[in-house]
Amino acid sequence: MNAVADTLVQGLLLGGHFALSGLGLALAFGIMRIVNIAHGDLLVVAAYLGVALVRLTPLSPLAAVLVIVPAMAALGWLLQRTLFNRLVGQGDLAPMLVTFGLSIIVHNALQELFSADFQTLDAGAARTASVEVARMHLGLLPLATLALAALVYAGVHALMRHTRFGRIVRATVDDPEVAALMGIDARRVYAAGMALALGIAGLAGWLYGIKSSFNPLTGGNELLFAFEAVIIGGLGSIWGSFAGGLVLGIAHVAGTQVDAGWGAFAGHVAFFGFLFLRPGGLLARGGSGHG
Amino acid sequence: MPLLELDQVDAGYGAIRALFGVSLTLEAGRTLALIGANGAGKSTLLRAIAGLTPPSAGRVRFEGADLTGMPAHAIAARGVALVPEGRRLFASLTVEENLLMGASAGRAGPWNLQSIYTLFPDLVVRRQHGATMLSGGQQQMVAIGRALMANPRLLLCDELSLGLAPVVVRGLYAALAQVSAQGVALIVVEQDIGQALAAGDDWLCLREGEVVLAGTRGQADRGAIARAYFGSEAA
Repeated sequence: MNAVADTLVQGLLLGGHFALSGLGLALAFGIMRIVNIAHGDLLVVAAYLGVALVRLTPLSPLAAVLVIVPAMAALGWLLQRTLFNRLVGQGDLAPMLVTFGLSIIVHNALQELFSADFQTLDAGAARTASVEVARMHLGLLPLATLALAALVYAGVHALMRHTRFGRIVRATVDDPEVAALMGIDARRVYAAGMALALGIAGLAGWLYGIKSSFNPLTGGNELLFAFEAVIIGGLGSIWGSFAGGLVLGIAHVAGTQVDAGWGAFAGHVAFFGFLFLRPGGLLARGGSGHG
Repeated sequence: MPLLELDQVDAGYGAIRALFGVSLTLEAGRTLALIGANGAGKSTLLRAIAGLTPPSAGRVRFEGADLTGMPAHAIAARGVALVPEGRRLFASLTVEENLLMGASAGRAGPWNLQSIYTLFPDLVVRRQHGATMLSGGQQQMVAIGRALMANPRLLLCDELSLGLAPVVVRGLYAALAQVSAQGVALIVVEQDIGQALAAGDDWLCLREGEVVLAGTRGQADRGAIARAYFGSEAA
């Protein structure tokens, strides 16, 4: 019984990371219809940005987030304005090809700048600190990740539901042509959407850099996990991605209980199970549900 | 200076041309009824003015400024609003959110939520409903209200009566008369000639993308209009 509870709790904590790294992917698809193949690599870019900041500035690895998030948001805005906006209305394949190309460029640029060696954002004691609750050891970093994920999801939900910006985004997703009749320039909405998506990816990538060791090629796995979280939850549902991330985390931890090397495998099995049994996703609904 | 001036406008979709050298002028505050059969180019003409289907030749001038080639969102910000064919409300927004979207360009004027609800009292109790849960007539009220929220100087209405009961259509046109009384210029597209002639100060008949006949309300000769509408062989 205790082992089951432990698996569930540790799974939820790991799931916070998957949920947070999946949100940027879900937003890019939900708002711009872009399947961003470079999403995992952009998480790694955020982690390397942390490495560079620690090397070149007096910022600590923990304080680096204050620069990483706005810098990644700015990168998202720039990518959308210069590159992705050219893909609007070109079908589903064009964005996948372009972001796949971007992924290759990122791999090579990072190898050139930082070499292929594994690195980490060394946050010292903060990385391994834990608290004991009900005879379970809970890592402070995973706890903080889950709490941040819940906060960011709630924030995005509120932004989409209750603000002028969210209203404009939902209307543009519904019908960009009619939104233009109201004076809305869809390309600016998409740029803001990508800034939001990559700003959140910046936060997720920073946490990833503290939690794991990474090199220029580890983004592929991060993309896979983020993608699985989004699909399990249901495309187009923001809270679905949160639930999908938690389910994936539980599957990973349960797999690790069987064999230390089986975590990711169990996650993939769970992903295929959901794809088979509930292809629309956990929180799938009719129409476009943002929230 | 006329409010709106079209000079030899061509427009179409890809290789298909829908408008051939259309010219017209509209003075501020007047209502122009645009009549013609299915496929005559009425909707394309409205889309060309609003910037959704940019003219391939000719000029569109509004308040003296050249709109030709300007993106739709910039034209909207200058005070041109379109109630699109089939209403096209934002499905994931409530009635009130749809109306608020109309005010996105931030133009000042008499139209706001309160004055829209005064014009269409039916919408008040449904303000928090999903926009697509309303009846067809109520949806059309939302579409008109959404366009008015932009405080336009020119309102383009595409087939308001489509699929609606005559009593509902009469209500909508009564509301448009109030809009017109506020000094807003209107171009109203209708297939129903009687409805169109009653609503407009002037009328203009399109056939196969060309202007075939035009006049003012007093000069509406039903026989001549019918010949223009259907082509001379049908008369």
